[in-house]
Amino acid sequence: MASRTRDHKGRPVVAVTGLGLVTSLGVGKDASWARLVAGHSGVKSISRFPTDGLRTTIAGTVDDMDVAPYSAHDLSARMAEAAAAEAIAQARIGRPSRFPGPLVVATPPSELEWPHLRRLHHGALENGLEGYARMLANARTRAFDDLARHVRFAAIADRLQTTFGTQGEPLSICTACASGATTIQLGLEAIRRGETEAALCVGTDATVHPEGLIRFSLLSALSTANHEPAKASKPFSNKRDGFVMAEGAGALVLESYDAARARGARILAVVRGCGEKADDYHRTRSGPDGAAVTGALRKTLDDAGIAPHEIDYINAHGTSTPENDRMEYIALGAVLGDRLAHTPISSNKSMVGHTLIAAGSVEAVFSVLTIEHGRLPPTINYDPDPELPLDVVPDTSREARVRTVLSNSFGFGGQNVCVVFSAEPA
Amino acid sequence: MAETRREVWITGIGLVSSLAEGWDAHWQLLAGEHAPPPAVEATRFAPYAVHPLVALDFAKQIPRTSDQRQMERWQRIGVYAAGLALSDAGLIGDQSLLGRVNLTIAAGNGERDLALDGRVLAALESCAAPEPLLNRELASGLRPTLYLGQLSNLLAGNISIVHKAAGSSRTFKGEEMAGVSAVSDAAHRIAAGQGDIFLAGGALNAEREDLLLGCEIAHTLATGPYRSVWERAPHGGGLVPGSLGAFLVLEASDHAQSRGAVPYARLSRVVSGRAQRHRETATAAAERLFDELALQPGNEDLAVLSGASGVEPVTSEERDFLTGLERRGFRPRVRAWGSLLGHGIEAHVFAGLALAALAVSKGAFYPPFGATEAATDGAAPPERILVTCLGHWRGEALAFVESARGAAE
Repeated sequence: MASRTRDHKGRPVVAVTGLGLVTSLGVGKDASWARLVAGHSGVKSISRFPTDGLRTTIAGTVDDMDVAPYSAHDLSARMAEAAAAEAIAQARIGRPSRFPGPLVVATPPSELEWPHLRRLHHGALENGLEGYARMLANARTRAFDDLARHVRFAAIADRLQTTFGTQGEPLSICTACASGATTIQLGLEAIRRGETEAALCVGTDATVHPEGLIRFSLLSALSTANHEPAKASKPFSNKRDGFVMAEGAGALVLESYDAARARGARILAVVRGCGEKADDYHRTRSGPDGAAVTGALRKTLDDAGIAPHEIDYINAHGTSTPENDRMEYIALGAVLGDRLAHTPISSNKSMVGHTLIAAGSVEAVFSVLTIEHGRLPPTINYDPDPELPLDVVPDTSREARVRTVLSNSFGFGGQNVCVVFSAEPA
Repeated sequence: MAETRREVWITGIGLVSSLAEGWDAHWQLLAGEHAPPPAVEATRFAPYAVHPLVALDFAKQIPRTSDQRQMERWQRIGVYAAGLALSDAGLIGDQSLLGRVNLTIAAGNGERDLALDGRVLAALESCAAPEPLLNRELASGLRPTLYLGQLSNLLAGNISIVHKAAGSSRTFKGEEMAGVSAVSDAAHRIAAGQGDIFLAGGALNAEREDLLLGCEIAHTLATGPYRSVWERAPHGGGLVPGSLGAFLVLEASDHAQSRGAVPYARLSRVVSGRAQRHRETATAAAERLFDELALQPGNEDLAVLSGASGVEPVTSEERDFLTGLERRGFRPRVRAWGSLLGHGIEAHVFAGLALAALAVSKGAFYPPFGATEAATDGAAPPERILVTCLGHWRGEALAFVESARGAAE
């Protein structure tokens, strides 16, 4: 029953017609991709704030977006805007400031950061109060109204909707490190339901600030290999010791294949399918049998209507934590069986770091670029772990004919989402 | 094969608030001859009032202390209410069914360590090298698990861990519209055959200063003595946060029938939008959404549960929309649940949908929830209820909850 415009379940085929990207490797998808396949690292010593006394002092920050002073909200919003603008320009869809579909955006926590708390605490008046009572009294003076965007959870969605004129109520979502993939899933489902012919799916995260870093550090999740920043993120390697926090944004324009063809758009790839499964085991660890990740993978292959041997390449979640990479290997083995040994799998995070909320979006863009360019990005810093025998495309990129890519995203809190992209149907 | 359209039934309700625990206790209190007085805590956070959560034994739904310890209070409230809803729908203990329950959750951020923040801020005031001090204080002072109590998606994560509801899991953000997004996602997926059974809900812990600070920066808090949401405009408007956990089990009609689950009501429509409010009033936005519902006017009573927050100007603009329904051939009978329960922000809309489902299933409506709401003696029992949710800052939504009696038989 599958055709170019209907999938194996009779649903509309969904195409990708626009991509946008900001990473620690560069602003724009061309700059990021060129450095990614060259095996460059965007991880460096943090210069944004003094790192005295911190166990981890490296990150893949985005430092060239002209946002000053830094705040997580402002930089996240600016990167999301840049990525979305690039994706819309490539898709040549809609009219200026009128995107013909909804916005689905994955955003980091909306919160007052320490510079804001300090301003509020320092305040305008001597009121004899301390702590939150003092900040509340200062806030009442209306001298701090400019901070409102930091505490409104939909402020990034609101800004993007205003800039790009997306339709309807935008969705702001969080499934932790699977969030970017969830935006694609929500867009895919809406187009399949026939609610819309297009969707703008964006993930963004710029939370490299002291508390952001320390939170993950206290969970023992971060690499402490500070002396050689570019070598710290080493997914699937024997001596991997944690992930490297990073910043970035990715944007995809999704469209029904029919609508995209009708307007003569270039089809970059199709979203073959998506699947998710929640873990009920632990807040930061997967169940030891990998059942939830296995479940997400199986649901994804079923939704996409593909067999394991059809996967040409896996864009791994591959965070470089001991736990994730082992669990990802086990779950992939359970689902792909013998095929896994013959399927190249690499982790973009070895170069761009872990962009957290944005990771699913950033890696989806790289997955589509992998199909487009016929080149597998490498896993750099690879030192084989005998327990994880995988073809990780070590150190240098590799030319390959890639029709179908599986992209994995797994989050703290047990949200697991996988997406399959394929080249345009022949 | 086209994806089939199915009805969306509400087959489970979990509700905890400042007034009561459980839907039955809420119904007993709220559906009597007169509405109960609200539970207001007016001194602890003066000049702000909050509606504090009724006393709960969290261990009843979260038996393991190690689980409780890893959650902040907003998560405990939510996990508790989620457990009530799952239990009410007859799902607890059915591992294979729970493994297919999809979560659509509305959440803000979790809670900060207020004592630590205060201590660090005081130390920073008089420090010549504040950045290194901040690093040291946070690295030694933050509890390692605190972040897990702060992450938006960890309410969903904890529900999966404690109750084993673990089909899929999505968390939506954005104040009131987070709740609307969560309900819409579940309803759309059910109608299109993209899922059979969902747990949708949210939770708010109103009794904390970091939440109040976020509200005060946007000047959305009410001050002064207690007033219903409709009576606050002359006093500057504003919301009174209310601690709340509100969850619904939403289920495809055929799925519910196959397991013999009886619906409270069906959720027949959810429509939403986001007006650019500097260009368009919320009144006009709500009118457009009402037109989308395409109700046939019959000069009849229309029971309305309003999610009005008290924040201005949107509350007055909603009142104008509701009053204007008379011109369209409807006699609105309005009850704003925020007057009694307070404003539940992300969780707010779920409480309204729960109260609507209860009223439809019981065949009775509520007495006025505030002094300015008209009594409706002798009105026919509501077969359908309009639920409004106009965001205090952004986003507008209307939902329609109807009797499932005909369909369920």
